[in-house]
This record gives sequence, structure tokens and C-alpha cells, in this order.
Amino acid sequence: MTVAAATRGTKVVVWYKIPAVSLTLRLLRHLVLLVLGLSFLLPFWWMLGTALKPKYAMFVMPPLLFPWQDPKTWNVLVWSNFPQSFTFTNPPFMVFVFNTLVICGLATVGALISNPLAAYGLSRIRWPGRNVMFAITISTIFLPFYVTMIPLFLVFRTLGWVGTPLPLIVPAFFGSPFFIFLLRQFFMTIPQELSEAARIDGASEFRIFGSVILPLAKPALAVIALFEFLNAWRDFLGPLLYLSRKDQYTVSLGMMFFRMEYDTEWGMMMAMATMITIPIIVVFFFTQRTFIQGITLTGIKG
Amino acid sequence: MPTASRPGAPAFVRARRISPATTRSILLGLLFTLPWIIGILVFRAYPVAAALSYSFTDYRGMMEAKFVGLDNYIFLLTKDQEFWTGVSNTLIYTLIALPSAVVTSLATAIMLNAKIRGQALYRTLYYLPVLVPDVALSIVWLQMFNPQFGLVNSLIEWLGSLFGVQILGPGWLASEFWSKPTLVLMNIWLIGNAMVIYLASLQDVPQDLLDAASIDGAGWFQRLRNITIPMITPVVFFQLVTGLIGSLQLFTQPYVMTSGQGTPANSMMFYSMLLYRNAFQYFNMGRATAMAWMLFIAILLLTLIVFRSSARWVYYGGEERK
Repeated sequence: MTVAAATRGTKVVVWYKIPAVSLTLRLLRHLVLLVLGLSFLLPFWWMLGTALKPKYAMFVMPPLLFPWQDPKTWNVLVWSNFPQSFTFTNPPFMVFVFNTLVICGLATVGALISNPLAAYGLSRIRWPGRNVMFAITISTIFLPFYVTMIPLFLVFRTLGWVGTPLPLIVPAFFGSPFFIFLLRQFFMTIPQELSEAARIDGASEFRIFGSVILPLAKPALAVIALFEFLNAWRDFLGPLLYLSRKDQYTVSLGMMFFRMEYDTEWGMMMAMATMITIPIIVVFFFTQRTFIQGITLTGIKG
Repeated sequence: MPTASRPGAPAFVRARRISPATTRSILLGLLFTLPWIIGILVFRAYPVAAALSYSFTDYRGMMEAKFVGLDNYIFLLTKDQEFWTGVSNTLIYTLIALPSAVVTSLATAIMLNAKIRGQALYRTLYYLPVLVPDVALSIVWLQMFNPQFGLVNSLIEWLGSLFGVQILGPGWLASEFWSKPTLVLMNIWLIGNAMVIYLASLQDVPQDLLDAASIDGAGWFQRLRNITIPMITPVVFFQLVTGLIGSLQLFTQPYVMTSGQGTPANSMMFYSMLLYRNAFQYFNMGRATAMAWMLFIAILLLTLIVFRSSARWVYYGGEERK
């Protein structure tokens, strides 16, 4: 299937290297990638498009692929779903956004304190037991959420924390194995000589941690901050377990609640979906490099 | 724990005495990892052990727990219809979703790996869906796959009309048969993460190996089969393990799409949804923790099987291959 001709003394000519064939193949690949890419964009388009449609055009058959196609309101986009969805419910969606931001912010702070400390202890200090600790750390990555879910719930209930956002924030201050692993890998690449030099100058271990290692680890810290923030923003099961009053809901829980109460308000629902997605996409575009680096770091450890 | 000793130190020093420097290093090490050690003990070790002990009790969350031995396990395995529905739904879903996600993400990564114009743009395009919060995604999916007024079925109908046939799309999330495939489709939409990882690992495949193979007359497909794919098997392996763990714990998407009901006809009632229902709707914590432990064991066993099989197909650079 591969080698077309190998006549005496002449160069091997492969069929797909023939210019015309090669060009066609390349175009074909672009075509496949483009069609696939468009089908990946379609749900986004549909989300935004539905949010911009007038109510009576929602169920028009066939559906309007372009929200402005509706002959009755030609060229009119209904923007009102966006402001309306912010205030429609009681409590308003704004409250959910605020709650989520508080949880995300505090959890990110927690992650940025606990994980670098642990990663430093597991990579830059030589101590007996370090490898055992690291092995334990790795093995907890694979611990299923559901095994710890119920006892943890009962612990938080005993503490009186159920019905408050505390169970969604406090654990972040005690490290997460995935982030520790990621940071440790990064710390390992920093030359040991830097620490040695600081030690000779009389710097304490905490000083070295704070003024030598952390500044060098900014890219990795950015990855962690980003991932923790996004995880908290998108989390559903955690808020579902622990938040009971509506005025404490996060955006994910708020959307779920909206869907159960007003399941015909597609326009507003899609406006909400758009609004809780857009901030992430904006953040992604500004931090794309960090993002891709982070994903790559987490995925390659074979 | 072995005591670290300096290379020059006399052998007898090693026997018992721990030098002050070592003590200091242990203290420092413990100090830095202290929050994490607490994290392990409080948020991981204790709950795992407590879950095990609850699983042998009749515990309704309010009253005193009553020891009942293996009753919870026996009930679930022999009497509980719902349990087996949850198990089979989860396994069926995993069996379709896992291979299809691996194949599509790998195929997309391979297509993108060549020196191709707009690579970064395509990569971004395929990655974007991963950013959508699960709740938003599930609701968009409900809308698009609505059998009556959804976008997908009207597109199918329109395509049919181009050829002069009338095709009625399937019932998607409203159909017992199609609900799981719809969920699989949704998760194919989320291959971006895996694809970025594959793409990065593909770019680490040594070019000189590929060049050498080309000179020897190996074609594109042969190079792919005999060099590229073997070189990235460790990454595929890792994706397979994490993918397996993830899909056995699938919760948010089916929960949101079915409002926690697992409809139609229990076809979307997955294991973790049932576990949640037992714990927080029936308040049967004993039975729910028994389910959690069985899930834990199942994950361990399946991961072990993948690990075992990996000796045959995962290639780590530098190691002899039979």
C-alpha cells in the first residue's frame, strides 16, 4: 500500500508524495479538520443563538440555525435574556455568581498555600521518609471521590458546616495530590545549586522557599491557581452536597435549580449557560500558554 | 525507614544514632508537608477507613449505627434490582465511551501533528468544549438533542430531504436505547484534554527514528504503526486509566440531564447516582458506603487488569522489548 515503485537505481517514489496527490490529501485533511471543528463549535453557536432568539421562535420548525432568520422579527436579536436572567430568579443569579467567586477565590488561595509547601518538602529537602510520603501522595490521586464522600459529609455535619460553603473551601488549604505532584515535578527541575548558594549565605529553609524557589515557580503556580479556580467554578457535586439555602448556591447549582423551576425558559437558560461559560473562555484566551503547559504537565507521566 | 548517611561516614555510625542534621531535616520535611499530612489523615485516610466500617452497619445518618456484618453487601448483590441496573449501565457506558474517546482523540491529535497550517487554531477549537461547565453543557445538550424541536434531529431530517427521503431522527435522551449513546457523543465532544496531551507526546517522538524509517522505505502508515504509536503508548495507557476511573464515577451530566431520576426507564441511572440516592435521599449511609467500597475495589481491580495488560502493549523507552 505504500511503496509504489522501486526501479533499479532510481529514487523510491511513494504514491502519496506525487505532488497532485499530496496536495489533494492535504486539502482533504483540512476539510476533515474544519468540518470536525465546526461541529465542535456548533453547540456554542446553538447556546448563544438560542439565548438571542425571541420566545416564539424557540420552537419554530425547522429550528433557526441563525437567530436573526425569523421572518417576523427579521434581523432582530433578543438581547434582553441576558440582563433578565440575572434578576429573574429569587435570589437573583448575581448572588450565585458572587457566591461562586468567593468560593473560587478562597479555594485558590488555599491551594496556593498548601500545595507549594508540600511539594517543597517532597522535592527540595532531603529527609528520610520523603519517598514514602511521595508514594502515599501519588496513590491518593486514584482514590475515588465516592469512597470519602459520606464519612466526610458526616464529619462536616458534626462540625456544623453543612449548609455553609466551608466544606468547599477548607480542604483546599490541606493540599491536593495532583497539584503537589505537578509542583514537585517542577521544583525538581530547579538546580540544587541555587538552594545551596542561599544556604551558604545563611538563608533559612523558609527563606529559600519564599525568595528563591517560589519566584522561579511562577508558571507552575499559575497553572495551579488556574486549575483550582476553574474546578471550583465548574464544581457541581460539592455544592449539591453541602449548600442547602438558595442564597448560598453557586452558578452550577443555580442553573440546575433554574432548569427545574422554569424548564420552558430556554432563552434565559441559554443566556445563563453562556454567561457562566464566557468568563472561562476569556480566561483561557489570556492564559492559553499556561493552560496548555499545565494540561501537558499533568498528562505525561507514563 | 533507612537513615540517610553520608558516604564518608564510618559504617557503625549508621547503626542506631540519628545525627542532629538528620533530625533537623526530618523536622523540616515534616514541617513543610504538615498541612498535607493533615490533609491525608483527615480528608483521605480517616474517611476511607470510616467508610469501610460504616459499610458493615445499618446506619441511617441520625440514629446510632448498628453492626449488621455483610448484610449491606449481600442485599446489594443479591436482592437489589437497582444496584445491578446501575452496574450494567455504568459498564455499558464505559465500554462504549472509553474506546471511542481514545480513538477519536488520538486520531485528531495525529491529524493535527503534521506540519499543518493553523495547527494552533484547530487545537484551540477542539479544546474549547472542555471549558464549558458540566451543568451548562448538559442543558445545552438537552436542548440540541430534543427529539421534537432539537437542532440535531432537524439537521438529520434536512439531510434526508436533500436525498428525497424522510428520515426521523432517534429519540436521543428520551429513548431508552439512545440515551447512553447520546452521552457518549457528548463526551466525544470533550476529547480536547486528551487530544492536547496526545499532541504534546506526539511531538516528543524522536524525529531521527521517523527519518531513519523513511529512508528504509517505511510509509506513513508503517511509521505510524511501528514507531509513533508504540512511542506514545505510556501516555495512552495513562489516559486509559484516568478515563476508566472517570467514567466509572460519571455523575454530573446524567444527574443534570435527568434531574437525578436516571430516566428514561432507568437507562441513565449510573452507579454513582444510585450511591448518591442511597446516601442522601434514602439516608441509608451503610448501604451507600458499601456501594462506595465496592466501587473502590472495582476500580482497583480494573486498574490492575489494565496495568497487567500494559506489559504487553506499553513501551517505555530504553527497555528491551520481546
